[in-house]
Parts: sequence; C-alpha cells; structure tokens
Amino acid sequence: MAGWADTVIQGVLLGGLYALFAMGLSLIFGVMRLVNIAHGDLIVLAAYLALVVVDATGLGPISALAVCVPLMFLFGYALQRGLLNFTLGGDILPPLLVTFGLSIIIQNGLLELFSADPRALRLGGLETQSFRLGAGIVVGQFPLLVLGVAIALTVGIELLFAYTPLGRAFRATSDDPEAVRLMGVNDRHLYALAMGIALTIVSVAAVFYGVRTTFGPSDGPDRLLFAFESVIIGGLGSFWGTLAGGIVLGIAQAVGFRLDPGWGVLTGHLAFLAVLLFKPSGLFPRTR
Amino acid sequence: MSVTVERSTRASRIGAVAGTASLVVLGSLPWWGDSSWMRAIVEFACLLALAQMWNLLAGYGGVVSIGQQAFLGLGGYALFVLADHAHINPFVCVPLAGLIAAAAAFPTAWIVFRLRGGYFAVGTWAVAEVYRLLIANASFLGGGSGKSLAAVRGFSKAVRESTTYWLALAVAVAAVLVVYLLLRSRHGLALTSIRDSERAAASQGIDIGATKLWVYIASAAGCGLAGALYFLNTVRISPDAAFNVGWTANIIFIVVIGGIGTIEGPIVGTLLFFLLRGALADYGATYLIVLGAVAVAVMVKFPRGLWGFVQERFDLRFFPVQRRIRLEAAEATESPGAANLRP
Repeated sequence: MAGWADTVIQGVLLGGLYALFAMGLSLIFGVMRLVNIAHGDLIVLAAYLALVVVDATGLGPISALAVCVPLMFLFGYALQRGLLNFTLGGDILPPLLVTFGLSIIIQNGLLELFSADPRALRLGGLETQSFRLGAGIVVGQFPLLVLGVAIALTVGIELLFAYTPLGRAFRATSDDPEAVRLMGVNDRHLYALAMGIALTIVSVAAVFYGVRTTFGPSDGPDRLLFAFESVIIGGLGSFWGTLAGGIVLGIAQAVGFRLDPGWGVLTGHLAFLAVLLFKPSGLFPRTR
Repeated sequence: MSVTVERSTRASRIGAVAGTASLVVLGSLPWWGDSSWMRAIVEFACLLALAQMWNLLAGYGGVVSIGQQAFLGLGGYALFVLADHAHINPFVCVPLAGLIAAAAAFPTAWIVFRLRGGYFAVGTWAVAEVYRLLIANASFLGGGSGKSLAAVRGFSKAVRESTTYWLALAVAVAAVLVVYLLLRSRHGLALTSIRDSERAAASQGIDIGATKLWVYIASAAGCGLAGALYFLNTVRISPDAAFNVGWTANIIFIVVIGGIGTIEGPIVGTLLFFLLRGALADYGATYLIVLGAVAVAVMVKFPRGLWGFVQERFDLRFFPVQRRIRLEAAEATESPGAANLRP
C-alpha cells in the first residue's frame, strides 16, 4: 500500500514539471490560438542555453536563470514579431507548418552544435536530498521545489491575467482580436509579449527538466506531447486546469512505470485518450 | 450567347498522353534497368503516394494531421504479421495492409476528431505514438528492435524486386488518379468547400462530419498501402522507423514546397525532395536544417508553393479539377468572360 502511495506522490511531483512544460503552450494558445509544434524543442533549446551559461559563467543552473530568462524572453519576442506573427490569420495551416519546420531546424541545429550525447545540469547536492514521509515514502526535495514553483507560477499567471492591464489585453485579444485592434491595442506587440512570457516559463521549466533527467537534441517532441496532453486533460482556458492536467499525466505515467518500465509513457498517452473519450472538454474546463 | 463548362485543358490532354507514355517506359524498367533504380523508384512512389494522401487531407480537406505515420506504420506491420504469421503471399498482403490501416482509422478518427484545428494535429501525433509504443511493447513483433520479413525468402530476387516495383508504380498512379477523380466528383467539391468555409458548406447541405471522416479514412488507406510497400522494399521494420514523425516532416516539405492544394504540387515536390536529398546527402543535419528553413520560408512568403506559382503565372493545369465557365458572346471568342472557380 505504501508502495502505491509512493507511486502516486512521485507522479504528483513529476506532474509539477509537466505543468511547467504545459503552461507556455496553454498561454500561447489562449492568447492567439497558436499551437506551437516547436514548444518541446524550445524547452530543449532553453536547457542547452542553461548548460552553455553554466559552463561559461560557473553559476549554478538556478542562478543561471538570471541570464537565461531575459535571453529567452527576447528570443520569444523576436521570434513572434519576426516570424510567427506572419502566420496568424484565419488559416490553421501556416502556423502549424511553420512551427513544425522550426522544430526540425531547432532539433538539427542542436544536433550540429552539441552532438547527440545526452547532457545534464548539476545542482550540486539538492537533487539527491530527500526526507521520509512515513514508511516507504520518500519525497525528494528537488521535485518538491519543482512542484512548488509550478504552483507559484500558476498563481502568478492567473493573477497577471485577472488583475493587470496586460492580462486584460490578453483576455480581450483572445475573445476578439479585431475589436482589440479597434481599441488601439497593438496586437502584434501583444502577441510577441505573450510569446516572450511563454519562453520565460519555458526557460524555468527547462532548467528543472535538465536537472531532473538528461536531455538530448531529439527529446523535444516528447516534451511537446506531455505539455499538450496536460493542457487537454486539464481543459482549455484555465491555468489551474493545466496544472491539474500535468499532475494527472504525471500520476498516470508513474503508475505505468511501476507496472512495467516500458509502459510509463504509454499509460500517460492512454490517460490522455481516456479523457478525450469520456470528457473531451477536459477535467477542469473554463471558458472566459 | 452560349455557356460551356470546361473541365479539361490543353495541358491536361497533352499531359495524359505524355504521362501514359512515360508510364509505359517506367513499367518496362525491370527488363532493362538496374535494381538500384528500382529500389529508388519504389521509395519515390511511396513518398509520392504519401504526399498525395496528405495533400488530399490537408490541402483539399483542410484536415491537418501530423500523425499519418500511424497508418504508414500500421500498414507496414500489417504486412509483416499477415505474411510471416498468417503465411499469406506478401504481395497480396500489400492491399490488405491498406484495408487494415483504413479499419484502424475508424477508432482513431472517433477519438481525434474531438479536437479542433491545431490541437487535432498534435492529437493525431499522440495517437501515432500510442501505436508505436503498443507495438514496441509487443514481443511477438520483435519489440523495439523490430523484425525482418521472412516470407520474401521464398521468392527469387528478380521476382521480388520487379513485383514490388510494379506494385509501387500502381499504388503511386492510383494515388494520383484517385485524388484526381475524387476531386472532379461532387464529393471533391464538397471537400474543398468545407476547407474554404465550414459554415457556408454546412448551409449548402454538406455533411461536414461524414465528409471529413471519409477523407481521413481514404488517406489512411493510402498511407497504409504506401507503408506496406516501403517496408516490403526494405524487408525490415522497427517501431522507430515505421512510426517516425520524420515521415510527416518529409511529406509536409514535399507538399508545401511543391504546392499545397494542387495535384501537380506533390509530384514536383517529391522530385525536388529526391534531388535535394541526393545533392545534400553528405551534410547530415545541415541538410535537414536547410529543408526546414526552406519549408518555413515558402510557407510564409509563397504559401501556394512552386506549382501554385506556375499555375498562377502560366495558367498551366495538368490535372484540372476546377469547373471553368465560358460565356461566349457571338463576336467575342476568347477569355474576357472566363471566370474561374477556385479548385
């Protein structure tokens, strides 16, 4: 029994990371109805960026965020204004295909620069520390930190959307971009800010991801799928839903891994399909 | 004043003759060509069929999937199971594999059509991953390392190669003709009207759900056929090779560069893809970066692709699917009154 409780707890903690993966995807879709196929590759790219910064400056991975976050924000802003804004409009094909092409460029660019060898970020001790929570249940301090950050960022972004002028503009654009343009809001700038914020979150997620497991240039697509499944399981339109979706996915994968090491990712996908079958709007949908 | 509806062009009549002639030449290749040519043309035919299927789905139907590798892989594995476990003639298994892929498309469609637009695209990919992982966990299919096709050992090399070659030629030609005839029919008109405006199409009495479903299933059948052929040609299959999203990446490159929403586009695109791959084969990852960058640039700057440009500039249509209405007043004989319906 304690074994299963432990599995579920590990799943919840893993879910914190998936929620961090998913938040940026959810934000981008919410604001501009863009499904970014390169999202997972951007996570891996941010992990390599953290690696380069750590190597160059000798900072720890978390302090390196002080350099990575502004860089990724600027990159996101430029990417949106310089490329992705041109794909937005009525047709769903251009944004999908352009971000798909971007995904291939990032994957192979990383392969060229860093080779296919798996890499990792080292935190210097914290990642191995844990405390016991009763018989047979051990909670790692680092996964707990990840979950805590995921919750904090969810609160932060919900507050941003609910109470700030920028959040109001985001919500308004999501409802009716043309009306927002008539109100004198520069939607191109707004979209670029949204992508910048999304890549800020991606940058944080990437550091935790790089500390938790090794990463390689071809690991992006799986990150995209986990992020996407978290969003759909949680239900569109709510960041709390995305957090819950990540946790559900994490638990499903942890249970699968416990049953058979080859099944972990598969049970996660199956949980996603089950939600799609029985509750296609997601577990906690909210439209606003 | 007389009104005529034109459904063929001079290019289409010349193209039909030239196409038939080149098919006769290609069909006779096993008697005079090298077996490495045959293998290359089989691969070409598979990619062309896949590109036509994706173009039918995305370019004409507006249903953008990035998970067609699901049906390609299932078709490939169906061939291996039917030929090696059920001991059916492997060449007979190829059409059966298409049927099996189509059958698998029903439950798949039932699930993924709950998602819309961009999320539908990613959903199809997730389902393809489910198929990959299910097969990678099935030890009787060789698990993650895959298996070789034992059934072809009973055939001589010449018979195996030429039969595979003719099958591939037939599948590629069928893919082009089926798409062409489909689009010339009223079903094709329904399909393109859904792509252009679902609401307007529904108001004309088109059953949107049913139309999208059948085009999805037809596309799955084509992908299954192409997959079975491809792995009949390589005689070896593994989950990573069969369900690789790289298939879709190549197909998208072919269709986007060639010209999405045209039948000529995927043909031009496949030719270009082979030329580029041959020229840049030694550059590995750089080649894929170039491919990705070209696809992105074309999508943003020239969304109609190479053939879209040719069609606009020279009004050249080898596969006319549109209906062109000519109003001929007694004195004016040529095109001033010609109006184009979008294909």
